[in-house]
Amino acid sequence: MRERQIERHPRHPRDFEAFVAGAGGRLLHVATLLTAEHPGHAPAAEDVLVTALSRTYARWDRMRGEDPYDHTRRELAEHIARHVWRFRRPRGGLLGRLPPQERLVLVLRSYEGVAVEQVAAVLGLTGERVETLYSHAVATMRSRPAVAAGRRLEGAR
Amino acid sequence: MSRDRREEEVRRMLDAGLGPLPADLADRAVERGGRRLRRQRQLRMVCWTLVLAAAVSFAVWAALVEPWQVPPTETTPDIYGW
Repeated sequence: MRERQIERHPRHPRDFEAFVAGAGGRLLHVATLLTAEHPGHAPAAEDVLVTALSRTYARWDRMRGEDPYDHTRRELAEHIARHVWRFRRPRGGLLGRLPPQERLVLVLRSYEGVAVEQVAAVLGLTGERVETLYSHAVATMRSRPAVAAGRRLEGAR
Repeated sequence: MSRDRREEEVRRMLDAGLGPLPADLADRAVERGGRRLRRQRQLRMVCWTLVLAAAVSFAVWAALVEPWQVPPTETTPDIYGW
Protein backbone atom coordinates (compact mmCIF):
# COMPACT_ATOMS: atom_id res chain seq x y z
CA MET A 1 0.00 0.00 0.00
CA ARG A 2 2.74 2.37 1.02
CA GLU A 3 4.82 1.40 -1.99
CA ARG A 4 1.93 2.08 -4.28
CA GLN A 5 1.51 5.56 -2.81
CA ILE A 6 5.18 6.31 -3.43
CA GLU A 7 4.74 5.14 -6.99
CA ARG A 8 1.76 7.42 -7.53
CA HIS A 9 3.57 10.44 -6.05
CA PRO A 10 7.13 9.73 -7.07
CA ARG A 11 8.65 13.14 -6.39
CA HIS A 12 8.20 15.53 -3.52
CA PRO A 13 8.45 19.25 -4.37
CA ARG A 14 11.24 19.62 -1.82
CA ASP A 15 13.30 17.12 -3.86
CA PHE A 16 13.45 19.69 -6.63
CA GLU A 17 15.89 21.83 -4.67
CA ALA A 18 18.09 18.79 -4.04
CA PHE A 19 17.97 18.01 -7.76
CA VAL A 20 19.07 21.55 -8.69
CA ALA A 21 21.82 21.50 -6.07
CA GLY A 22 23.11 18.21 -7.50
CA ALA A 23 22.66 18.64 -11.24
CA GLY A 24 22.62 22.45 -11.56
CA GLY A 25 26.38 22.82 -11.98
CA ARG A 26 26.60 20.41 -14.88
CA LEU A 27 23.44 21.81 -16.51
CA LEU A 28 24.79 25.35 -16.19
CA HIS A 29 28.02 24.22 -17.82
CA VAL A 30 26.01 22.72 -20.72
CA ALA A 31 23.98 25.93 -21.03
CA THR A 32 27.14 28.08 -20.94
CA LEU A 33 28.72 25.99 -23.71
CA LEU A 34 25.54 26.35 -25.79
CA THR A 35 25.27 30.13 -25.39
CA ALA A 36 29.08 30.44 -25.88
CA GLU A 37 29.55 32.67 -22.82
CA HIS A 38 32.36 32.95 -20.29
CA PRO A 39 31.93 30.38 -17.48
CA GLY A 40 32.19 33.06 -14.79
CA HIS A 41 29.66 35.45 -16.34
CA ALA A 42 26.85 33.76 -18.27
CA PRO A 43 23.55 35.64 -17.84
CA ALA A 44 21.97 34.20 -21.02
CA ALA A 45 22.89 30.64 -20.03
CA GLU A 46 21.45 31.19 -16.53
CA ASP A 47 18.24 32.56 -17.99
CA VAL A 48 17.83 29.64 -20.41
CA LEU A 49 18.58 27.18 -17.61
CA VAL A 50 16.08 28.80 -15.22
CA THR A 51 13.42 28.57 -17.96
CA ALA A 52 14.21 24.89 -18.57
CA LEU A 53 14.25 24.15 -14.81
CA SER A 54 10.93 25.98 -14.32
CA ARG A 55 9.36 23.69 -16.92
CA THR A 56 10.77 20.67 -15.10
CA TYR A 57 9.39 22.07 -11.80
CA ALA A 58 5.94 22.53 -13.35
CA ARG A 59 5.96 18.84 -14.36
CA TRP A 60 7.65 17.67 -11.16
CA ASP A 61 4.85 15.58 -9.62
CA ARG A 62 3.70 14.22 -12.99
CA MET A 63 7.17 13.00 -14.01
CA ARG A 64 6.63 9.30 -13.17
CA GLY A 65 9.62 7.37 -14.55
CA GLU A 66 11.15 10.26 -16.50
CA ASP A 67 14.61 11.45 -15.50
CA PRO A 68 14.47 15.14 -14.47
CA TYR A 69 18.03 15.69 -15.74
CA ASP A 70 17.15 14.39 -19.23
CA HIS A 71 13.95 16.41 -19.22
CA THR A 72 15.73 19.65 -18.29
CA ARG A 73 18.48 19.05 -20.84
CA ARG A 74 15.90 18.44 -23.57
CA GLU A 75 14.02 21.65 -22.63
CA LEU A 76 17.32 23.53 -22.69
CA ALA A 77 18.31 22.20 -26.13
CA GLU A 78 14.85 22.73 -27.61
CA HIS A 79 14.71 26.31 -26.31
CA ILE A 80 18.05 27.17 -27.93
CA ALA A 81 17.13 25.33 -31.16
CA ARG A 82 13.87 27.33 -31.33
CA HIS A 83 15.62 30.68 -30.75
CA VAL A 84 18.82 30.06 -32.74
CA TRP A 85 18.97 33.68 -33.98
CA ARG A 86 19.29 34.94 -30.39
CA PHE A 87 22.43 32.88 -29.76
CA ARG A 88 24.20 33.40 -33.07
CA ARG A 89 26.49 36.13 -31.74
CA PRO A 90 29.60 34.72 -30.02
CA ARG A 91 30.02 35.96 -26.44
CA GLY A 92 33.61 35.00 -25.79
CA GLY A 93 33.00 31.39 -24.73
CA LEU A 94 34.79 28.25 -25.85
CA LEU A 95 32.37 27.40 -28.69
CA GLY A 96 31.98 30.98 -29.96
CA ARG A 97 33.48 29.96 -33.29
CA LEU A 98 30.64 27.51 -33.99
CA PRO A 99 27.12 28.40 -35.11
CA PRO A 100 24.45 27.55 -32.47
CA GLN A 101 23.26 24.39 -34.22
CA GLU A 102 26.78 22.96 -34.33
CA ARG A 103 27.24 23.87 -30.66
CA LEU A 104 24.06 21.94 -29.86
CA VAL A 105 25.13 18.87 -31.80
CA LEU A 106 28.67 18.92 -30.40
CA VAL A 107 27.64 19.40 -26.75
CA LEU A 108 24.81 16.85 -26.85
CA ARG A 109 26.82 14.23 -28.72
CA SER A 110 30.24 14.71 -27.21
CA TYR A 111 29.85 16.18 -23.71
CA GLU A 112 26.49 14.65 -22.85
CA GLY A 113 26.86 11.43 -24.85
CA VAL A 114 23.35 11.58 -26.34
CA ALA A 115 22.72 9.13 -29.22
CA VAL A 116 22.59 10.52 -32.78
CA GLU A 117 18.91 9.56 -33.20
CA GLN A 118 17.94 11.40 -30.01
CA VAL A 119 19.89 14.51 -31.00
CA ALA A 120 18.19 14.39 -34.40
CA ALA A 121 14.77 14.08 -32.76
CA VAL A 122 15.35 17.00 -30.37
CA LEU A 123 16.65 19.30 -33.11
CA GLY A 124 14.26 18.14 -35.82
CA LEU A 125 17.07 17.08 -38.17
CA THR A 126 17.97 13.84 -39.93
CA GLY A 127 20.64 11.54 -38.47
CA GLU A 128 22.94 12.22 -41.42
CA ARG A 129 22.66 15.97 -40.93
CA VAL A 130 23.59 15.54 -37.26
CA GLU A 131 26.64 13.49 -38.23
CA THR A 132 27.71 16.13 -40.77
CA LEU A 133 27.31 18.99 -38.28
CA TYR A 134 29.18 16.98 -35.66
CA SER A 135 32.17 16.21 -37.90
CA HIS A 136 32.30 19.83 -38.99
CA ALA A 137 32.19 21.05 -35.38
CA VAL A 138 34.97 18.64 -34.31
CA ALA A 139 37.13 19.76 -37.24
CA THR A 140 36.57 23.46 -36.46
CA MET A 141 37.36 23.01 -32.77
CA ARG A 142 40.61 21.19 -33.54
CA SER A 143 41.83 23.81 -35.99
CA ARG A 144 43.62 26.89 -34.64
CA PRO A 145 41.39 29.98 -34.18
CA ALA A 146 43.22 32.03 -36.86
CA VAL A 147 42.95 29.22 -39.40
CA ALA A 148 39.28 28.73 -38.61
CA ALA A 149 38.59 32.46 -38.94
CA GLY A 150 40.39 32.51 -42.30
CA ARG A 151 38.39 29.55 -43.50
CA ARG A 152 35.17 31.24 -42.47
CA LEU A 153 36.13 34.41 -44.34
CA GLU A 154 36.90 32.35 -47.41
CA GLY A 155 33.57 30.61 -47.09
CA ALA A 156 31.75 33.93 -46.78
CA ARG A 157 33.28 35.28 -49.95
CA MET B 1 45.05 10.61 -35.89
CA SER B 2 42.00 8.38 -35.57
CA ARG B 3 38.47 9.73 -35.44
CA ASP B 4 38.04 8.52 -31.84
CA ARG B 5 41.17 10.37 -30.69
CA ARG B 6 40.07 13.57 -32.42
CA GLU B 7 36.67 13.34 -30.73
CA GLU B 8 38.28 12.62 -27.36
CA GLU B 9 40.47 15.70 -27.73
CA VAL B 10 37.42 17.93 -28.29
CA ARG B 11 35.55 16.23 -25.42
CA ARG B 12 38.38 17.15 -23.07
CA MET B 13 38.14 20.77 -24.24
CA LEU B 14 34.43 20.80 -23.34
CA ASP B 15 35.11 19.43 -19.84
CA ALA B 16 37.17 22.43 -18.80
CA GLY B 17 35.94 25.54 -17.02
CA LEU B 18 32.97 24.74 -14.79
CA GLY B 19 31.65 28.05 -13.45
CA PRO B 20 30.16 28.56 -9.96
CA LEU B 21 26.47 27.75 -9.48
CA PRO B 22 24.42 30.83 -8.48
CA ALA B 23 22.78 30.25 -5.09
CA ASP B 24 19.35 31.51 -6.14
CA LEU B 25 19.02 29.32 -9.26
CA ALA B 26 16.57 26.85 -7.68
CA ASP B 27 14.49 29.68 -6.14
CA ARG B 28 14.19 31.47 -9.47
CA ALA B 29 13.16 28.22 -11.18
CA VAL B 30 10.61 27.46 -8.43
CA GLU B 31 9.15 30.96 -8.73
CA ARG B 32 8.88 30.84 -12.52
CA GLY B 33 7.69 27.21 -12.48
CA GLY B 34 5.07 28.06 -9.84
CA ARG B 35 3.75 30.86 -12.04
CA ARG B 36 3.62 28.44 -14.99
CA LEU B 37 1.71 25.90 -12.86
CA ARG B 38 -0.82 28.51 -11.72
CA ARG B 39 -1.37 29.62 -15.31
CA GLN B 40 -1.90 26.01 -16.41
CA ARG B 41 -4.38 25.47 -13.57
CA GLN B 42 -6.28 28.66 -14.43
CA LEU B 43 -6.46 27.61 -18.08
CA ARG B 44 -7.74 24.17 -17.08
CA MET B 45 -10.36 25.80 -14.81
CA VAL B 46 -11.57 28.03 -17.67
CA CYS B 47 -11.80 25.01 -19.99
CA TRP B 48 -13.78 22.96 -17.46
CA THR B 49 -16.08 25.92 -16.75
CA LEU B 50 -16.79 26.24 -20.48
CA VAL B 51 -17.47 22.49 -20.79
CA LEU B 52 -19.79 22.63 -17.76
CA ALA B 53 -21.63 25.70 -19.09
CA ALA B 54 -22.10 23.98 -22.45
CA ALA B 55 -23.42 20.83 -20.78
CA VAL B 56 -25.87 22.79 -18.59
CA SER B 57 -27.20 24.87 -21.48
CA PHE B 58 -27.65 21.72 -23.58
CA ALA B 59 -29.57 20.05 -20.74
CA VAL B 60 -31.83 23.11 -20.30
CA TRP B 61 -32.47 23.34 -24.06
CA ALA B 62 -33.20 19.61 -24.27
CA ALA B 63 -35.61 19.76 -21.31
CA LEU B 64 -37.51 22.69 -22.89
CA VAL B 65 -37.61 21.52 -26.53
CA GLU B 66 -37.74 17.76 -25.89
CA PRO B 67 -36.28 16.94 -29.32
CA TRP B 68 -36.80 13.20 -28.78
CA GLN B 69 -40.64 13.56 -28.95
CA VAL B 70 -42.06 12.36 -32.28
CA PRO B 71 -43.82 15.34 -33.91
CA PRO B 72 -47.60 14.86 -34.51
CA THR B 73 -48.28 13.44 -37.97
CA GLU B 74 -49.55 15.96 -40.43
CA THR B 75 -51.03 13.53 -43.01
CA THR B 76 -53.75 11.01 -42.37
CA PRO B 77 -52.71 7.47 -43.24
CA ASP B 78 -54.49 5.80 -46.22
CA ILE B 79 -57.44 3.67 -45.22
CA TYR B 80 -57.66 0.21 -46.76
CA GLY B 81 -60.19 -2.63 -46.51
CA TRP B 82 -63.43 -0.77 -47.34
